Amino acid sequence: MTESQTSTGFTPGTRPGDAPLLEVKDLQVEFRTKAGVAKAINGLNFTLHAGETLAILGESGSGKSVTAQTIMGILDMPPGRIAGGEIRYRGEDLLTMDEESRRKLRGRKIAMIFQDALSSLNPVLPVGWQIAEMFRVHRGMKRKEARAKAVEMMQRVGIPGAEERAGDFPHQFSGGMRQRIMIAMAIALDPDVLIADEPTTALDVTVQAQVMRLLKDLQTEFNMGLILITHDLGVVADVADKIAVMYSGRVMEAADVYEIYGKPGHPYTQGLLNSIPRIDDEGGRLRAISGLPPSLTDMPSGCPFNPRCEFATDRCTTERPELRLVAEGHLSACHYAEDVYAGTATRTRRPSPTGAGMIAGSEEAPE
Amino acid sequence: MSEIHRPEARVEPIDSTIEPVGGSATSKTKKVEEASLLADAWRSLRRNPWFIVSAVLLVLFLGMALFPQLFTNNDPRECLLGRSRQSPSAEHWFGTDVQGCDYYSRVIYGARNSIAVGFIVAIGTFIIAVVLGLVAGYFGSWVDAVISRITDMVFAVPYILGALVFLNVLESRGVREVAFVLIIFMWPTMTRLMRGSVISVVNSEFVLAARALGAGPITIMRRHILPNSLGPVIGYATVFTGIIIGAEATLTFLGVGLQLPAISWGLQLSDAQPFLQTVPHLLLFPVIFVGLTVFAFMTMGDAIRDALDPKSKK
Repeated sequence: MTESQTSTGFTPGTRPGDAPLLEVKDLQVEFRTKAGVAKAINGLNFTLHAGETLAILGESGSGKSVTAQTIMGILDMPPGRIAGGEIRYRGEDLLTMDEESRRKLRGRKIAMIFQDALSSLNPVLPVGWQIAEMFRVHRGMKRKEARAKAVEMMQRVGIPGAEERAGDFPHQFSGGMRQRIMIAMAIALDPDVLIADEPTTALDVTVQAQVMRLLKDLQTEFNMGLILITHDLGVVADVADKIAVMYSGRVMEAADVYEIYGKPGHPYTQGLLNSIPRIDDEGGRLRAISGLPPSLTDMPSGCPFNPRCEFATDRCTTERPELRLVAEGHLSACHYAEDVYAGTATRTRRPSPTGAGMIAGSEEAPE
Repeated sequence: MSEIHRPEARVEPIDSTIEPVGGSATSKTKKVEEASLLADAWRSLRRNPWFIVSAVLLVLFLGMALFPQLFTNNDPRECLLGRSRQSPSAEHWFGTDVQGCDYYSRVIYGARNSIAVGFIVAIGTFIIAVVLGLVAGYFGSWVDAVISRITDMVFAVPYILGALVFLNVLESRGVREVAFVLIIFMWPTMTRLMRGSVISVVNSEFVLAARALGAGPITIMRRHILPNSLGPVIGYATVFTGIIIGAEATLTFLGVGLQLPAISWGLQLSDAQPFLQTVPHLLLFPVIFVGLTVFAFMTMGDAIRDALDPKSKK
């Protein structure tokens, strides 16, 4: 927990003596746009073990979905470009693999669930057929056998009357049922890693909880590594083991779920947690993080969060903080992580009354 | 941190069987409406009066093309110059033409060649359009650029001009030759339509999902893109058949289409032209038949396109 411990040699959640399932090291992804090169991911690090749920948390544009697509190898290139880093699945670098062997990993070993299940299912094919296709394409099963397996998968994800409903089309199902079908397709071949890109965003709150519960149950049953990508702090709290908080294409903080919610070690995480409306906070203003995330084509120097940070100093605008340990299994990319963690950091600025940025001064903004 | 931030205080274990209980009740009543895409399209077609009208007309014309004997007992090639240019009568419903042939039977027998050209060209262009459109739309980049520019170049040549040049040098011109030349010059429109339709599907989420679950390019094209992009092209192909029948009549009228002794509506129009003022019915009957056929195909095409397009559903 000293200053000398830097990020080299550590990736979030490294457990000694246990080979990681998926390891992302210093990943960099760029997009060529008319406005210049947009750096969507700048040096991303994380590790995923079997049976573990890693939640990648971040606001829009922080690079969550790009991360998922890069791992799956379905990023559109161009305009996307992987500028550096490696993604290791069981020690093998996915980025140097040829397309055919990667394709064989997709679905079999690493599968993905998308946000909007309706648009992720082919509207002209019956759902049972679509699940059966997984078995036919990857396992070379016969139609009848594959269909039986598809019905079995539908039962497994809790679709009532699976036998009769296998012939139905996606639009005949409710939102929650569609997401279950998507999940059935993704877990059909018993993958090691399941990436869920905002799996519940398009669903009602009650259905959200059911789907999350289902994902969690399946994860335990199949001992999958689950990467849960979301912007919803509430969804994560219940199911995640570890959380990596992303901002501007970097992991700002990574730790166990209790640590993150209890003792955040990064001002950004703190800001996110403070912005949750509280039931015991009567009539007050919502404490939003002032300002906007930086443009990906024009990153601030030093720490990407510095323009919005209450604790920012000159050091933050010049020197880029690396991820380092602040406590057992708790990493943070902040120069003052220890102080933030301990709750003793000194405020240098406060949000401007317009909410558009920060101004100097340490007092709370007047209500 | 307040109570609310502690994870254990957050969510009670949730019973994931809540929805299934409600769901099974609805699954019993769902047999009311089967809803595959084709069943859906068929249901909406049956309710469309324009479809009924065009279907009846098409059955009639197809019957003429396949079994002209059912419609007339007269031999269209039995011509007696002695009864040249007679007016319609009980014996000869449409009168007789210059050569003294029974005009009704000639018009009936003319359906075969016209419709044959229409179908051959429509099927030929459909195949070209689907293959080229799929490849261009799916692969994009330079493949798309090459195919699209070639399409544009052919599109720039008016088919009548192209056909005049090509058919003029051919010694004998039958259905095959005319159809071939029409395919050569008329495939671009449908190819463009198919390409656009494919592009709108390629970027949809279910294609991305299929890729993410390990489907290869062939599977994606065949199972996911093709069935979702064919709708507008099928509709257009039907309209196109009508257009081609008109085009065949035009070319034949201009003297570069089918040749005597073939029997076709275009030839009848061409032969009738000098007698427009004296025997106008020689022009009138083939015009009515060509018009009705084209109308039937076009109406049918519109109806099919509407039925296959999920967005046009009310």
